Amino acid sequence: MPVNSILGVFAKSPIKPLQEHIDKVHDCASILVPFFEATVAGDWDKAVQLRKQISQAEREADELKREIRLTLPGGLFMPVERTDLLELLTQQDKIANKAKDISGRIIGRQLLVPEAIQEPFSAYLQRCLDAVAQAKQAINELDDLLETGFRGREVDLVAKMIGELDQIEEDTDDLQIKIRRQLFSIENELNPIDVMFLYKIIEWVGDLADLAERVGSRLELMLARV
Amino acid sequence: MVDVLVTNGPWLIAIAAAFGFLMAWGIGANDVANAMGTSVGSNAITIKQAIIIAMIFEFAGAYLAGGEVTSTIRKGIIDSAYFIDSPELLVYGMIASLLAAGIWLVVASALGWPVSTTHSIVGAIVGFASVGVSADSVAWGKVFGIVGSWIVTPAISGFIAFMIFQSVQKLIFNTDKPLENAKRYVPFYMALAGFVMSLVTIKKGLKHVGLHFTNVEAYALAIAIAVLVGLAGMVAIKRLKMSDKADRQTQFGNVEKVFAILMVVTACCMAFAHGSNDVANAIGPLAAVVSVVNSGGEISSKAPLVWWILPLGAVGIVMGLAIFGKRVMQTIGKNITHLTPSRGFAAELAAASTVVIASGTGLPISTTQTLVGAVLGVGMARGIAAINIGVVRNIVVSWVVTLPAGAALSIVFFFMIKGIFG
Repeated sequence: MPVNSILGVFAKSPIKPLQEHIDKVHDCASILVPFFEATVAGDWDKAVQLRKQISQAEREADELKREIRLTLPGGLFMPVERTDLLELLTQQDKIANKAKDISGRIIGRQLLVPEAIQEPFSAYLQRCLDAVAQAKQAINELDDLLETGFRGREVDLVAKMIGELDQIEEDTDDLQIKIRRQLFSIENELNPIDVMFLYKIIEWVGDLADLAERVGSRLELMLARV
Repeated sequence: MVDVLVTNGPWLIAIAAAFGFLMAWGIGANDVANAMGTSVGSNAITIKQAIIIAMIFEFAGAYLAGGEVTSTIRKGIIDSAYFIDSPELLVYGMIASLLAAGIWLVVASALGWPVSTTHSIVGAIVGFASVGVSADSVAWGKVFGIVGSWIVTPAISGFIAFMIFQSVQKLIFNTDKPLENAKRYVPFYMALAGFVMSLVTIKKGLKHVGLHFTNVEAYALAIAIAVLVGLAGMVAIKRLKMSDKADRQTQFGNVEKVFAILMVVTACCMAFAHGSNDVANAIGPLAAVVSVVNSGGEISSKAPLVWWILPLGAVGIVMGLAIFGKRVMQTIGKNITHLTPSRGFAAELAAASTVVIASGTGLPISTTQTLVGAVLGVGMARGIAAINIGVVRNIVVSWVVTLPAGAALSIVFFFMIKGIFG
């Protein structure tokens, strides 16, 4: 039976699902570390399995994304702009898609990161994932932001986090330049097509950090309008 | 025609009492979700506790502070001068109004519309008086005042909620040590709630119990009670078990625990305000019938309330709560909302205060409206994650529909009753 109650006025909060989504995205991207380790160890069966996990996580993130979009009909009155929120969600989701693309390309071409650049590459990947983790942390401040009404010291805290995120992204750019240089110096010894794809992979891993930074800037915009 | 009243007097009183009870029952059943929903929805109290609080405080509010508003319904909306020659029309009309409003409430509850009990009875009275008697017999100014209150009361309530919530954010949430500040300031909010509630009780309610206070005495007593409530709150907060992790996340969780205690106080306030305001909708018309019949057709605007009328209304509300309210509460419990105690408290305290202030001015206002206004006010202070504007619109539409619906039903019943007795 329908209840005539004031409680219908409260719509489902979009903030918790948004945080769940970024958590899922972060989980998805993090699988890249064991994935690359498996390829370096030459254990392709395990790599294929990890690639499946990445796909699965990406699918789950998509589910969450769809659910948020459906629970945010027009006619909601929210402390933040609805468009900002959806834009933020789109940016978050791109990170998972990128992780899936990277793993897919590696498996599809049986691509191996050459021994000479394995170490810098794993450091580079780790730094890019740090950017994703930082974005996740910033998004996880959203419920506290709501508690304080998107005002005051909590906003400063998030602004500081976003500043750190930018810093991390700059680090990854530097690392990317270095690693390209190293690849350039050894590329004559490698299969040219593989080298082309290696450059691509390096670029894509860098995109993880870029996208994470974009999540940060979206969040910043959201708070700036307030 | 007055002999109709003499011959059928007891019958008329019995019918009016039965319909009045039905109306009171409907009020209890219909509004319980609105009065107690936010407390249950924010998990501050359990469903069982909500029912018990509602029973005690609705009854107290209805019995102690409900007497004042009844006279405004009785003498405010219709001009009794038109009924002096035919007092039986007033009696038929009031009975018809009670039945119409009661039925409209049942229908609306079944359809799930949050209609206002106040407006259904007002619409019904306006309906029978304007069509059955004369269009001039209605104090249209008062009716427009009520229509105006659709905008004014939510606005006042929203403003109060906005201010309360802003102060909570400034003093507690937006600080280095939210938990310490919560422990420090929440007792003051409790005292404020206690003050508002005790003041209205003392000023309005205790007259018919036979206690009279001067203004100074009233304020002094209210302040004393407020201090007591505040102290009790302090003790309750001290006894809270807190997880002592230092990170902000658990801090805010602990802060909400402190607010949950406050929420219990405001839930009591809300139930009290609701009882004091809405019991009049049921017993106002009943009191009019009883006074006309007992005085043999004489219409005085200052009829004293007969002793059994207030308890009848109060018991009716509590019965409605107990029987029907439980189901409503369980439905709410299932669809728990994303509402935190700090938000719920701001909305409830604002709504309760507005009801109290407005019943002082004698305007029959709707508890639902003050609450919707208060929720929007907290939303404006950017405290609520998402408010469904579509639902708000439906609620507003149902308010507008209620007046003509109540009027139409009461016109039909009025002519039926007139046919039976006249």
